[in-house]
Amino acid sequence: MVRGFGWAAAFPDEVWEHVFSFLAADADRNAVALVCRAWHRIERRSRRRVFVGNCYAVAPAAAVRRFPEVRAAAIKGKPHFADFNLVPTDWGGGAEAWVEAMAEGWPHLEELRLKRMVVSDDCLELIARSFKNFGVLSLVSCDGFSTAGLAAIAANCRNLRELDLHENEVEDNCLNWISHFPESFTSLVSLNIACLEGDVNTSVLECLISRCPNLKTLRLNHAMPLEKLVSLLQRAPQLVDVGTSKFSADHHPELFSKLESTFAGFKHLKSLSGIWEAGPTYLPAIYSVCESLTSLNLCYATIQSPELLKFVSRCKNLQRLWVMDLIEDNGLIAVAASCKLLQELRVFPSDPYGVAPPISLTEHGLVAISAGCLMLHSVLYFCRQMTNAALLTIANNRPNLTCFRLCIIEPHTPDYISQEPLDAGFSAIVESCKDLRRLSLSGLLTDRVFKSIGASANRLEMLSVAFAGDSDAGLHYILSGCKNLRKLEIRDCPFGDKALLDNASKLETMRSLWMSSCSVTLGACRQLALKMPRLNVEVIDERRGRPLESWPDDFPVEKLYIYRTVAGPRSDTPPCVWTV
Amino acid sequence: HRKLLPNNNKTKPKGASFLFWFSPFLAFFLVILLLPLRLRNHHHFDVLWCSRRRLMSPPLEHDYIGLSEVPSAAVGGGEEGALNLKATELRLGLPGSESPDRKDKVGLTLELLPRGFVSGAKRGFSDAIDGAGKWSFASGESGSEVELGKGGGLFSPRGEPVAGSSGGQGTGGKDAAAKAAGQERKGAVQVGSSVGDDRAMAPAAKAQVVGWPPIRSYRKNTMATNPSKNKDDADGKQGLGCLYVKVSMDGAPYLRKVDLKIYKNYKELSSALEKMFSCFTIGQCGSHGIPGKDGLSESRLMDLLNGSEYVLTYEDKDGDWMLVGDVPWEMFTDSCKRLRIMKGSDAIGLGKYDPVNVLCYIF
Repeated sequence: MVRGFGWAAAFPDEVWEHVFSFLAADADRNAVALVCRAWHRIERRSRRRVFVGNCYAVAPAAAVRRFPEVRAAAIKGKPHFADFNLVPTDWGGGAEAWVEAMAEGWPHLEELRLKRMVVSDDCLELIARSFKNFGVLSLVSCDGFSTAGLAAIAANCRNLRELDLHENEVEDNCLNWISHFPESFTSLVSLNIACLEGDVNTSVLECLISRCPNLKTLRLNHAMPLEKLVSLLQRAPQLVDVGTSKFSADHHPELFSKLESTFAGFKHLKSLSGIWEAGPTYLPAIYSVCESLTSLNLCYATIQSPELLKFVSRCKNLQRLWVMDLIEDNGLIAVAASCKLLQELRVFPSDPYGVAPPISLTEHGLVAISAGCLMLHSVLYFCRQMTNAALLTIANNRPNLTCFRLCIIEPHTPDYISQEPLDAGFSAIVESCKDLRRLSLSGLLTDRVFKSIGASANRLEMLSVAFAGDSDAGLHYILSGCKNLRKLEIRDCPFGDKALLDNASKLETMRSLWMSSCSVTLGACRQLALKMPRLNVEVIDERRGRPLESWPDDFPVEKLYIYRTVAGPRSDTPPCVWTV
Repeated sequence: HRKLLPNNNKTKPKGASFLFWFSPFLAFFLVILLLPLRLRNHHHFDVLWCSRRRLMSPPLEHDYIGLSEVPSAAVGGGEEGALNLKATELRLGLPGSESPDRKDKVGLTLELLPRGFVSGAKRGFSDAIDGAGKWSFASGESGSEVELGKGGGLFSPRGEPVAGSSGGQGTGGKDAAAKAAGQERKGAVQVGSSVGDDRAMAPAAKAQVVGWPPIRSYRKNTMATNPSKNKDDADGKQGLGCLYVKVSMDGAPYLRKVDLKIYKNYKELSSALEKMFSCFTIGQCGSHGIPGKDGLSESRLMDLLNGSEYVLTYEDKDGDWMLVGDVPWEMFTDSCKRLRIMKGSDAIGLGKYDPVNVLCYIF
């Protein structure tokens, strides 16, 4: 009889490693690592993928030391609200510390995905030089680098398979960076340069595409004219995912037919995006691919409703649709009728600041979709009006929602028919959709909705709140409920110290909490920091210059970012950020 | 009307005399060409040089807007004979200094320096901008304590600008005044965000909350810079309501971004930028804010006197680097792609008179 955990020694390490390789989820692997020392050792040596949700939660060297055999890393930097300019640009999230540690400890790294981090050209060069087998670089919403850094990647990563630049701010100082891919380079599978602003040398790109037979994804940038796009795409009929450039030009029958034949040649096309500035002129040329599309991203395409409707209703197999509100209610009703496999819908506002007359996209569109698309589970919807009744209907129709983000453009907008707060509607959503993982609230809301959320949203992982609530009770309900809450971001709500301090221990179970323009005072932050040493309580204030120590306890905190960490206070805080 | 100085007192006499001869013709053509333009927000008086001066290398040592150290240099006199432009009748004004319907008039007047200008020191961007009105330190909007805002006052001897820098509304009046002790022009400089600037731009969109609706800035920028041509609206630029441009500063470790749409005029923009970047001009700010008033203001003074003042430039749609302040505000926001704060010593080519350039531009 083997005592204690001696049974772990019954099998050699390789066997356990093999068993663990079936555990995909990090949470499972973490659990395994806690069983006994042997498993801890085996698991850490065999972990190949690491996801770091907050780059400051752990010191890079520590992570690299703990998991020495990592091949794929994903790291996130700035808080989500940095996307909306609420976080100072110098807040942090620099990638150097991580890249340096990885260069030292993970020479076999193959994949690196960074999101909302500041990546410099030096980082890119270090990446290019340090990892011999580097295959995948994905930069999402990053900034700080230029095409010169990309040139370094192109020149040195011999086995690069994927270069995915998604919505980054890239300086354009090296015009011909594409030509840095050597002639012998043929391994490219995915290239996404949609966020680059400058012109890309088309002929060099054509050569590159021609010699990479495995290319499946090609997303080009806006600057490329339509004729050049067509000649490029002709070289790669095997593409599965295409992001076009500008889709408008003066009408030329030749160009039209070339475009038509090119797209007809795509036998495997599943995903289409780009289509900047599409006009009715050239859109019909690509009707041939509609049937096979599963993902359509027209969120930059300012096509008006009739053409849009015609196009989208042909896409019978669509699973993901991102579109502008120019589609209007009629369009969504048509989508609900034709795209029965739709799983994810995102509707973006074409004119969020209300300068033009309002589009007729209302709650009816969303209700129609919820009724017609049985597999719908993810929604992002910008609109100007909503009713509790509509939300109730949606909740009843689609209890399988996992992500519901509703943005009513004007803050504090009530139910436009009954003039009541939208508490009832959102409560219905959380009560009905048991698997809801992500929720964004908007409109006029009182504390009642937070009571429902706290009580019912047991699977909720991320909650975004803006201009809602009456008092501290709202925050208290959330923090004392929502068992699985990981990320909470709040702006412009009257939430204050009491709820925060009463639920201090909850904050260690979450990845991060962002509060801006709320009623939190510095005294509460100090108390919180004292009470919870494993939280970094960062007070962000761009207005004052005096050091934190001299401010009184009742000083109102403008922006507050709290996150759990084992690395202690970070050393790269800019002048506007204080770790309390 | 305020008169600004001629921009360049270092041009060679040769060139100046050429221009002197040529000026009536040039002025005449200018009137013809620029007559339909509304020059309301035209900060720089010197249309003649070319209303969009291009930076050339090597840059000349110069205060970018062309205001020399000798404010009393005759308006329209001296070597800047060409600046005897009263005859041309094109009027250029600084914010707040004209009545709104001045567009009917076509007089060109050279603007005097703002009152309280102390000669001998170079002036930066916002000095030149706010010629109208007395400059006094912004009275403390919050708290009576005068402190050196992290972003304030030390970039320039002006009062702390009140425009928010974190993307906040340009007219936020929530910042404490910054009094730079020992700095010149105390009490003479005012940077009130919209005080004195009652001349409205084209009807502004209603006040926007920062970061709301929650649309990613990447998306906003993309939609703003690639406006739809399908909608037939009057102005090409869609009301996505924002226009983020990067601002880099020579010597600063990272870029900032500003939304040009939240500012109504150059003064607000400069205030915000000064606030944002003041930290860098002082070098080591310490980890939190500004160490001490006196020490810094001294070095600040030294900076000024040594002429290492910063000038603000921008890259326009054609990729050329221009001085900020030359064109009307709307034209500027339409064409500005990015901003750069250069050391005055680097921006030497600004204001250099180049007849070829001028003529090419005009003709």
